[in-house]
Amino acid sequence: MIVADKKPIEEIIEEIKEYENILILGCNECVTVCEAGGKKEVGILASALRMYFLNQGQEVKIDERTLERQCDHEYLEEIRDVIDKYDAVVSLACGVGVQFTAEKYMEKPILPGVNTTFLGATEERGLWTERCQACGQCILARTGGICPVSRCAKRVLNGPCGGSTGGKCEITKGVDCAWQIIIDRLNALDKMDTYEELSPIKDWSTDRAGGPRTVTREDVQQ
Amino acid sequence: MKVKTPSKLEKVLAAGHLAVTSECGPPRGSDPEAVIKKAELIKDHVDAVNITDNQTSVTRMCSLAACIRLKLMGLEPVLQMVTRDRNRIALQSDILGAASFDIRNILCLSGDHQSFGDCAQGQNVHDLDSMQLLQTVRHMRDEGKFLGGDEIKRPPEMFVGAAANPFADPFEIRVPRLAKKIKAGAEFIQTQCIYNLDKFEEWMRRVKERGLHEKVHILAGMTPMKSAGMAKYMKNRVPGMDVPDEVVKRLSDTPKEKQAEEGVNICVEAIQRLKEVEGVAGFHVMAIEWEEMVPEIVERTGLYPRPEVD
Repeated sequence: MIVADKKPIEEIIEEIKEYENILILGCNECVTVCEAGGKKEVGILASALRMYFLNQGQEVKIDERTLERQCDHEYLEEIRDVIDKYDAVVSLACGVGVQFTAEKYMEKPILPGVNTTFLGATEERGLWTERCQACGQCILARTGGICPVSRCAKRVLNGPCGGSTGGKCEITKGVDCAWQIIIDRLNALDKMDTYEELSPIKDWSTDRAGGPRTVTREDVQQ
Repeated sequence: MKVKTPSKLEKVLAAGHLAVTSECGPPRGSDPEAVIKKAELIKDHVDAVNITDNQTSVTRMCSLAACIRLKLMGLEPVLQMVTRDRNRIALQSDILGAASFDIRNILCLSGDHQSFGDCAQGQNVHDLDSMQLLQTVRHMRDEGKFLGGDEIKRPPEMFVGAAANPFADPFEIRVPRLAKKIKAGAEFIQTQCIYNLDKFEEWMRRVKERGLHEKVHILAGMTPMKSAGMAKYMKNRVPGMDVPDEVVKRLSDTPKEKQAEEGVNICVEAIQRLKEVEGVAGFHVMAIEWEEMVPEIVERTGLYPRPEVD
């Protein structure tokens, strides 16, 4: 899923301080699972903001709404009839949702309420970790199913680098060395003989380097 | 191993001499005297001098410019190049720039992570990794072509090296990793600083078992310790460094004013022991900000005078 983290409330206050009618718009997908921008977080943020503006003696009206998704036209259309009531919308969706909403409601300020962090998994409640950087050309078949692009600090394709110590990355002991895990996996799969095959120079044109990416599927287009 | 380039380092190694290289870190400023002064200290006692490339990710004068300074002094530079800061366009371009000054040696590295340096908020590039940089230099030299396939007019004639850390984890892949670097095109290896001689000899034993010492020239990395404090720092803080307790103890047990001398003694003893190890083709003496000690170390280990090669 797309993992996001809450923005500090001070930053959100700075974004909205000039407005009087604000909609906090949650998303029922990834950001709900990672507890950053679902219905529950919309409620918590709205309450905190109401309390803040009340203490400031400022009259600000804050409404709450959570859509099924903010990355689909269909669900975003659900707010078309109410959007004009608001001076601004704080979207708690990922960066995709914020932008899709902004593009649809061209004249409305749409402000981010979370920091979109990575594509990752829930390790345990309250701990999410990165697994994928969407490089557009998956190499997991060669690396024991563990991704050095997203999980090695130097995205070394022929690793590990000399900084791997006790299974940990040189940048901090809190980060596992991706190549240690790859080697552990290759051992478990009895495929260590493939370790000495050189990983070819990667085509990064499918990554961010190639510019904004598009997937076009004529077979599913109507 | 047949000589393939005009590199003096390659000729020394091919002739069967124990090679001696050293290294200079460029200054944090634009004064060329800083490089020239360091080079003057060591020039008669080494075959080639590595110039580090923004080591520990601290911004410095570029390796290429410092290499050119050395070259103009008549020294043999080894251009260190990391993949952290340049994409494949910049890497190939800098290789050609170096070749235009007839810089004949390159050491291909990934580089320390930028979080260690003065630009922790910077991007890192890592378009290629160190093995792919080895492949790139060999491709440019041997095929006379750019990665994109176009022909290079006057291809770079460079002796191509890589680093190896016999002590990093996991130990089981240390030798396979060397084999992989050789496969990628490494012709010489400069190792991480060696303090744990037993472990290094075990690594060399495994290297020889696979006959890898006959495919690549291995230069053992040596760094004299200036103090017990430095030994403790290297042991605890530097990633991938293996400093045995007895080395720390030997320095700690030495009075402070004699620790530097003892550090040099430890280094000299280590070189004398490793000179006898089959497969060790030379020494890479990295006296960090202590270049003036290199001549003494080289002389005391019987590696002086340096051989003449044409």
